[in-house]
Amino acid sequence: MLNGFLALLLCQLLGEWVVLATSIPVPGPVVGMVMLLVLLMFNKRIPESVRSVSESLLRYLAFLYVPAGVGLMLHLEIISDYWLAILVSLFVSTFITLLVTAWIFKILIKKVKKSEAL
Amino acid sequence: MEFWIYFATKPLFWLVVTLSVFIVAVRLNRLMQGTPFLHPVLVSMLIIISFLLLTNTSYEVYFGGAQFIHFLLGPAIVALAVPLYDHFSRIAQMWLPLLIVCVTGALTAILSVLAIGYLFDLPDAVLLSLAPKSVTSPIAIGIAEKIGGLPSLAAGLVLITGAMGGVLAPFVFKLIKVDDDVVKGFSLGLAAHGMGTAYAFEFSALAGAFAGLAMGLTGLLTAFLLPLVVSLLGF
Repeated sequence: MLNGFLALLLCQLLGEWVVLATSIPVPGPVVGMVMLLVLLMFNKRIPESVRSVSESLLRYLAFLYVPAGVGLMLHLEIISDYWLAILVSLFVSTFITLLVTAWIFKILIKKVKKSEAL
Repeated sequence: MEFWIYFATKPLFWLVVTLSVFIVAVRLNRLMQGTPFLHPVLVSMLIIISFLLLTNTSYEVYFGGAQFIHFLLGPAIVALAVPLYDHFSRIAQMWLPLLIVCVTGALTAILSVLAIGYLFDLPDAVLLSLAPKSVTSPIAIGIAEKIGGLPSLAAGLVLITGAMGGVLAPFVFKLIKVDDDVVKGFSLGLAAHGMGTAYAFEFSALAGAFAGLAMGLTGLLTAFLLPLVVSLLGF
């Protein structure tokens, strides 16, 4: 498990360095994720230590967002002024996004399946 | 000596508070049959914010302890490579539809929230903090900073979006009759980032993998697209 954790941190560190060196507008961990994926493909299997630490981190993914969320308290003034407009905007937009995404994806999959059947 | 007393009490205290509040919030959520309206993350945020306000504690002091949890977001995002690798053959097989869906979905997310917020006459700083709402917080924070939004407001709005995604998803999937876990996962990850991904893992590991993929792809795409869209719209 420790080896796996080290592997994740090393990929993240390398990712941060790449972002610093190239100033691409992407966070280091995302570049780190791509690096780990490439490494796994070279390795052709997932080491047990990497799998166990990754699966435990992902199981508690939602929890890891709590400290950032508490940061909303820094903007209580804005929120008390605009809370209804903000909530409605988020709600309607999230609904539209889910609907459009799922709908287009469904159509595309149907097309792919049809062309495979031909 | 004083240094150690400081170290042992304050950060540890807020770490313990965050963990125990979350455990209680998860229990509460189970008691209510897992309703997404009482998402454990939102309930924890509410309880902790109220507690901090009541005790007159600043966010900086709280974050001094909570940063140890926040820090794990980095390796957790790297860890998404594991479910991605597990399902890589299926992803490689359908890379083109995935890319098309991702571009349309990401643009829909950005443009719809900007349009609705604009109708409500929201100030620019709030609009620009709303724009990256479908992207995972570490990316959203970076984007908001870049385009002139308020990073910590953006991070909070991202989480509210995440919880809404969980509330809306079952309804939307029923409405347009989606029963494919690939579609469910991808839509959840695209519209509701990491919280949608966490929710998708409850459908199946396959749904979770595609949600993780959608979250990563949408994050990458939005990081490039949003500054462009914002300058085109003339902010």
